[in-house]
Amino acid sequence: MPIVESQLDAQSASYDFTLRAGEPWLHLLKRGEVLRILDLEGNQAVDTLFYNSADPLERYSAQDTIREQGNLYLTAGSILMSNLGNPMLTIVADTCGRHDTLGGACAAESNTVRYALEKRYMHNCRDSFLNAITHCSCGAHARLTKRDIVSNINFFMNVPVTPGGKLTFEDGISAPGKYVEVRAHMDVSVLISNCPQLNNPCNGYNPTPVRLTIWGAA
Amino acid sequence: MSPQRFAEPVPSSQVLWETVIPAGTHWSGVLRRGLALRLVDTDGGANLSAVFYRQEDPLERYNMADTLKAQHTAHLTSGHVLYSDMGRVMASITHDTLGWHDPVGGVGDAKLFGRRYGETTYQAQRNDMIRNGRDSLVLELAKQGLGARDLVANVNFFSKVAYGEDGSLTWVPGHSSAGASIDLRFEMNTLAAFSTAPHPLDANPAYEPKPVRLIAYRAYAADACVPDNDACRSACPENGRGFINTDRLFA
Repeated sequence: MPIVESQLDAQSASYDFTLRAGEPWLHLLKRGEVLRILDLEGNQAVDTLFYNSADPLERYSAQDTIREQGNLYLTAGSILMSNLGNPMLTIVADTCGRHDTLGGACAAESNTVRYALEKRYMHNCRDSFLNAITHCSCGAHARLTKRDIVSNINFFMNVPVTPGGKLTFEDGISAPGKYVEVRAHMDVSVLISNCPQLNNPCNGYNPTPVRLTIWGAA
Repeated sequence: MSPQRFAEPVPSSQVLWETVIPAGTHWSGVLRRGLALRLVDTDGGANLSAVFYRQEDPLERYNMADTLKAQHTAHLTSGHVLYSDMGRVMASITHDTLGWHDPVGGVGDAKLFGRRYGETTYQAQRNDMIRNGRDSLVLELAKQGLGARDLVANVNFFSKVAYGEDGSLTWVPGHSSAGASIDLRFEMNTLAAFSTAPHPLDANPAYEPKPVRLIAYRAYAADACVPDNDACRSACPENGRGFINTDRLFA
């Protein structure tokens, strides 16, 4: 788990926003720009998808990313690949060390399976994703629908996989102040759900805000 | 349960239809609730890339993440089920001679296949031309009114990509030998698209795809439900709830 610290100074950022617990964020990140996601209070899963802003049919692909880097986990140096086999972003800094590619987003329906039928009415990441894309009428974002909600990245989430093929959701390996930074290789639409899940340890049973900061192309 | 080397043959009186997907080609079709499909690696070394959609509403589809996290698994074998994104069971793995099928490796596209095997054309090679996994699945989806946008993370039956302690991936050569089989029992009316192109991590530098035989048989009547003590339904409490969600579609 390589730890790579950022050299970027918050003073020179072009955008700085604190996303409240359980809320979505849909934002354009231009080619060359860097996005930092900062885990303010620790153990906060940040469910994230990326789309090519010019043509959202091209999107982050978990399977292509995993296969091309030969590893299940994301860390500094990981290249996030699209479903068309193109590099979309690179993780350029990471003080957490490991991020999940397999756990996906929580949804009302999958919550009924995982926890109890009555949990359908709890707030969840897919509702946040859908809220964001159905309230946006600008640019490529406006073309996103449920069809485009595919397997996402869970930044800061700890989903260990064993050689025997078991997978579990464990207590986070993140902590207050840990961050990850991605640099875009193309103009991308970033879709985030700051995860509201209360039924497993992915958010330490206490969803908290995250800070989103963008720096212009160097 | 430890996998059996060979499956008991499906009694010929129960077989509804059979077909062979030739090596390196593609197929799609509808598999209705209660129907089971035995997939057989007749020659050994097959790979069957597969995606699944609900027939009546293909916006509901196989979901890799929900399948893996609901069952706390990063591989697929008997006792596991395939979940849709709507909290329902699409299909159950009722029998498996291998013990591991790959849910993470994805499919190779034209660039990857071209790099690995060289370019082929229909004009020069006729039906021996190489068809990559991604285009094969997209083409089958397009016949059904779906498209590239609908291609989600797929399953690779008969293939194994092993995980290291550090999350590293290693292709396992020779995982599936001749006669290996896996049975999928469909719990909803399902549109399936299959490709028999080689796995994108297959270490064999030569293009040597293998065929897969499909044997369809009736597992239960279309107006029935899987009993509570079914091995897949009772494999974990999550699957019990997934089956309840599915049964409500057909109530």
